[in-house]
Amino acid sequence: MADYEIFVTYKEGIFDPPGVTAERALANLGYQGVDEVKIGKYIRLSGDVDTSQVTEMCEKLLANPVIEDFRIESA
Amino acid sequence: MRFGVVVFPGSNCEQDVVHAVRLLGFEADYVWHQDSDLDGFDAVVLPGGFSYGDYIRTGAVARFSPVMSEVVRFAEKGRPVLGICNGFQILTEARLLPGALLRNRGLKFICRPVHLRVDGSCSWLDLPMGTVLKIPINHNEGNYVCDEAVLSQMRENGQVVLRYCEKDGSSAGAGSAPNGALDDIAGICNERGNVFGLMPHPERVVDPITGGNDGQAFFTTVVRRLAEFES
Amino acid sequence: MPIKDLSPELAPDLAVELGLKPDEYEKIVDILGRVPTVTELYMYSLMWSEHCSYKHSRKALSMFKSDGPRVLQGPGENAGVISVGDGWAVAFKMESHNHPSAIEPYQGAATGIGGIIRDIFTMGARPIAALDSLRFGMLSEARQRYLFEGSVAGIGGYGNCLGVPTVGGEVYFEEAYEGNCLINAMAIGLMREEDLTRAVAAGPGNVVLLIGSTTGRDGIGGASVLASQEFDERAEDKRPAVQVGDPFEEKLLIEACLELLGKKLLVGLGDLGAAGLTSSASEMASRGGVGMDVDVAKIPARELGMKPFEFMVSESQERMLAVVEPEKLAEALAICGKWGLCATVIGEVTDTGRFVVRSGDEVHADMPAATLAHDAPVYDPPRERPSYLDAVQAFDPFAELELPGARGLAGRQEPSGESAENAGSADLGETLLGLLASPNICSRRWIWEQYDHQVMLNTVVIPGGDAAVLRIGDTGRGEMTRRAIAVSSDCNGRYCYLDPYVGAQIAVAEAARNVTCAGGDPAAVTDCLNFGSPEKPEVFWTLYEAVRGMADACKAFDVPVISGNVSFYNESFGRPIYPTPTVGLVGLLDDVERHCTLDFKDEGDVIVLVGESEAELGGSEYLKVEHDLVAGCPPALDLELEKSVQAAVRDAIASGLVKSAHDCSDGGLAVALAESCIAGGIGANVHLTDGLPPIASLFGETQSRIVVTVTDKAAEELVSRLIAAEVPFSVIGSVGGERLVIDGLVDGSLGDDSGDGGNDNDGRLTLVGLVDIMVDDLRDAYEGALERAVRGEVRS
Repeated sequence: MADYEIFVTYKEGIFDPPGVTAERALANLGYQGVDEVKIGKYIRLSGDVDTSQVTEMCEKLLANPVIEDFRIESA
Repeated sequence: MRFGVVVFPGSNCEQDVVHAVRLLGFEADYVWHQDSDLDGFDAVVLPGGFSYGDYIRTGAVARFSPVMSEVVRFAEKGRPVLGICNGFQILTEARLLPGALLRNRGLKFICRPVHLRVDGSCSWLDLPMGTVLKIPINHNEGNYVCDEAVLSQMRENGQVVLRYCEKDGSSAGAGSAPNGALDDIAGICNERGNVFGLMPHPERVVDPITGGNDGQAFFTTVVRRLAEFES
Repeated sequence: MPIKDLSPELAPDLAVELGLKPDEYEKIVDILGRVPTVTELYMYSLMWSEHCSYKHSRKALSMFKSDGPRVLQGPGENAGVISVGDGWAVAFKMESHNHPSAIEPYQGAATGIGGIIRDIFTMGARPIAALDSLRFGMLSEARQRYLFEGSVAGIGGYGNCLGVPTVGGEVYFEEAYEGNCLINAMAIGLMREEDLTRAVAAGPGNVVLLIGSTTGRDGIGGASVLASQEFDERAEDKRPAVQVGDPFEEKLLIEACLELLGKKLLVGLGDLGAAGLTSSASEMASRGGVGMDVDVAKIPARELGMKPFEFMVSESQERMLAVVEPEKLAEALAICGKWGLCATVIGEVTDTGRFVVRSGDEVHADMPAATLAHDAPVYDPPRERPSYLDAVQAFDPFAELELPGARGLAGRQEPSGESAENAGSADLGETLLGLLASPNICSRRWIWEQYDHQVMLNTVVIPGGDAAVLRIGDTGRGEMTRRAIAVSSDCNGRYCYLDPYVGAQIAVAEAARNVTCAGGDPAAVTDCLNFGSPEKPEVFWTLYEAVRGMADACKAFDVPVISGNVSFYNESFGRPIYPTPTVGLVGLLDDVERHCTLDFKDEGDVIVLVGESEAELGGSEYLKVEHDLVAGCPPALDLELEKSVQAAVRDAIASGLVKSAHDCSDGGLAVALAESCIAGGIGANVHLTDGLPPIASLFGETQSRIVVTVTDKAAEELVSRLIAAEVPFSVIGSVGGERLVIDGLVDGSLGDDSGDGGNDNDGRLTLVGLVDIMVDDLRDAYEGALERAVRGEVRS
């Protein structure tokens, strides 16, 4: 058994509407100095699988390489 | 002429497409996503809806349905494939069409008629360039993106078939897209022109009593050009 | 025998904690002949809560007439059903999801849609439309914007995914809803008459099948905790009680259940809504006069360590309960499997009449099934006319406010020396623009463009008009008809606050008028009665009067009330909401081509006001927007006049005479004219000769008025029909140009530049310009206002 934490984010240059919206909302709430907000997905996965298999899962289904990057951490 | 309309769990426009096709005098039948046989169909439509709830990403799960490998083979043979809305999203996830569809820029679902300018042609649409159509959109993720290289290649090949525009056809490519789509792209085809995906719903405008008939051309065009795909 | 898990000393305490009153507890002990178990107490407390048993409202509701020649199913089932001709039937119902939405607007509204849609397909009907009637506090408050935006997103997020068009509804913003928003959802389904299904269990030995989502602790006690108590400052702590919706699972349930019913594989089908399995199982058993034996150990659990009572009262969403004959079980399971749905046999129908809950061999509850569903006490709460009514009703706007042009009212003179310049058209024009931009009147496009309102290809008139029109047809079956239904939901809570009897009558009349304007003949009603605590005599009086008003109006229109829902305890910090008896009305059209819309069509069309304006401003949007007042008597309603106005307009539409029809409601005649101009993109020239003060003439909300247009040629025909029908009317102008121009005959002094006054008594009427505005400017005020308010750009 192994636990993995997967972070899926938009690639650099891909417009991130939820992130931009959060950015503006924070500014409206008076939080100065926030340069950028990026919003992505957090996936927790556990099971009898190794990192290379998880990588394959990300490439195939959990992320879309056309628009998204992903990072896998063993928890 | 017989259209196959694929039903994924969560599809919700399949009945509308079948109805529209039959209203225009052609045959249509449902294809269950677990089926892996498209024999007997002359054209395949992936309808709108929320396949698998659009969970993970729109179209991300549906592309692995058994029927999709058949759809890929069908397309490779040069036969006509149409993806409407969620169907378009599935076609990009399946890499039958380039790019991807992100959340609308305004973060809101949009259901409204939009104006579209014909900027290219494909098996499903060969109206004169510059023709303006009025067809409703109905989506939360219609914000088309692709990288620069893909975009310039598509432009070169005339793969950008429909762009959002103003009522008079102006401003296509200048920010008319209600969803923030790159280059105001509403619909694209593959290089060969037989696979076509678009966010607007042509099946919703085939009968004037429910909003117009600008959607008829998509279905009649592919029927008229059927002979081209019979190789 | 049930295990003894409660001592006689502790049981009454738990009963109180669960909201049961001491005498209710005693009744349970009497029924069982012993001290109840924990599971039994939970089950009774939910089934006997106001939300499930209507114990406070049941007697008042008996005033409704609920039968009629079209009625195939009246109240008492998951939804009412009427025949609409050619063997087609529609099922519909409205239900509240107020309290969950006030805690978590997105999920609260979403699961509200999920619940009402399940009520519809449980009847064997395919859901074909949804409407949403919403109430919030003022949008100048950030919290209200959050609730409003979240609710709209939740309705869209759920309904859009299902592929059921959201075709109409209404929204009001009033301070009275600030601590307690209202989310009333109505759904309509279509079926062949022979496919009507009831939630009945029958046939001892048949198996009980739980289909759909897993069961967790979500929403535990929702019916009693949320819907049957007032809100207080601890509302945030109740978050775990709110369920999370899964529209994808619901879509699969719709398809699977309709397939199961279509193949005649089910004996009965019920949905798990408020009070979860307890409610659906006990109701199905008691309707069928049978018993049921359920083993909670077989229920697929979402969490570990769930107790038997938790399984029984969980309100996990997207679950259905079916009764299946054993020999058909395999086929039924195969269909569920095809749709990717979990389906589990959790028990069986018995001939004992008892509802037995076990976990393996351990019995946790054993009671007569019918006592849960039918033996809840029925109360006749005291009622007392609220003391505020005298004060608000005594207010006379004409006497107490300085209204521009008030001198036009015959027999009512302003003090002399009052300057005449108030009547200037600029002021009245500004007032009109202000009303058009009021959140209660302005365009709702921002809302309904977030909803798929077209899927299923039957939406003939989209939102934004008086009523939505849907063709009767089933694209799935490939059967289309020429018939159609028109649907509207209405309630002006302000009127009901000022006079619940009249206000509730007006809610019915306006819904019928809206349907009439679309060409529909009112056929049946559903309702959602939203009130404060019924245990307060002043609140209960308003409920009683509202039900009496609705019942009288429905009888006058000869429309039965076929389903409905009561939502009490809509209060926060002890302050009740406006009495809000929301009416959902369905009307029928024989020929869908003969529907009508509100937009002005062509240059030269003649504008006729059917009905007659009176000097009425009480409860109006004008008073609220311009004077920040909610006072006066609501407009009077003469049901006979209302009926004749509607019948005349309906007949004219059915004959193909009418080019547009639009109801005069909030904001009055001027707003109605402006809306028709905006929708048509064309102006109008109007002359008002009613002799009323311009404010009343333009913005008064007199009932029983419809603005219709006809071609020049057809005008004579319409006029002679109206005369023959003895319906009051006036020809008030014509369509054309790019401006809305309204002139009025007013007291001469008002149009007199010299302002010499002193001519109150000579009846010298002068034609003066009241309003003159470009249609584009009307549109700018009307269309963008809601979005501006949502962005917080409008201050109160």
